[in-house]
Amino acid sequence: MNVIIMGCGRVGAELAHLLDAEGHKVTILDADTKNLERLPSDFGGIALAGDAADEDVLKKAGIAEADAFVAVTRDDDRNAMAAQIAKQIFDVPKVVCRIYDPLREEFYKSLGLEAISPTSLFARLIKEKLGD
Amino acid sequence: MYIIIVGGDEVGSRLGKELLANGHEVLVIERNAERCDHLADELGSVSLCGDGCEMAVLTKAGIARAGMFIAVTHEDDDNLAACQIAKQKFNVPRVIAKINSPKNEHIFAKLGIEHTVDVVGLVLEHIKEQAGISPLIRLLSLKDEGVEIVLLRVTRDLPIVGKPIKELPLDYAASSLLLRQEQMPMVCTPDTVLETGDQFVFLIPSKNIELLRASLVGASPGGEQ
Repeated sequence: MNVIIMGCGRVGAELAHLLDAEGHKVTILDADTKNLERLPSDFGGIALAGDAADEDVLKKAGIAEADAFVAVTRDDDRNAMAAQIAKQIFDVPKVVCRIYDPLREEFYKSLGLEAISPTSLFARLIKEKLGD
Repeated sequence: MYIIIVGGDEVGSRLGKELLANGHEVLVIERNAERCDHLADELGSVSLCGDGCEMAVLTKAGIARAGMFIAVTHEDDDNLAACQIAKQKFNVPRVIAKINSPKNEHIFAKLGIEHTVDVVGLVLEHIKEQAGISPLIRLLSLKDEGVEIVLLRVTRDLPIVGKPIKELPLDYAASSLLLRQEQMPMVCTPDTVLETGDQFVFLIPSKNIELLRASLVGASPGGEQ
């Protein structure tokens, strides 16, 4: 699978590492080059500096050939915009984005985006643990 | 009408002030607390401090009864998010977004936000005109119709001087207007010949703008035999 990840925070870097280790073709983007240092030294994918909520940057990252796009910056609006560009403009088959705000997670789901809210996910998980 | 503005910088606060003066009910939502205080001083109690992309903030703002929603922050992704929520979640009848990067215009349109204003582009257009860099001023863009109303100041160095307007890629030559010094404004025909000093106002399909620009700079307009 050819995957583009936007946002090289803890989640982005870990996901890039996992997919790369499994032999997938991974391209990871971050507007702040310092964040790219999170990648492990044996990372075999491509790391690019740039803001992926920008059509030209996505093209440079090879979005036209991507099988999947993942948006995990810390900014909900940026993730939503980039994910919609990937899905609606470039027809990427699989698009996932992180949306912290649970209310907006519902909204973007209603627009057909695969949105995940870590906020509601963790709250549910912790609640389950407490119930044990 | 109840109008919500997201973003309280120069554009948001001036717009708010004018709409208030026109008798509208206005609320300006601004994320920055300091800027919010400033808005309160300037406009009175018509500002709300918070993130205009957050559902809870918008609900508190009474978005369900808004007749118009305008997002004018400096970030295109914020303007897109706010407008999509206003339009697709709360069915606000009229939604307008400021775009900061002109290349995002088609993305907004594709994602359901058809009414956008490229504020920086408009400013540049006027500066270039004032500085004498561009003879073209885009007066109005009618997006739904795909046409623009443009003013051309005919200066002596333009290749079109002494030629009929049908040599320009206009499509609607017969509905253009010529302002010539010391004469009454006149409606053109395709054979109207342009002279130095003329001011020429016309309709043009938006897609032809670049072609028109090229025909005004090139010594020999490309594409012709």
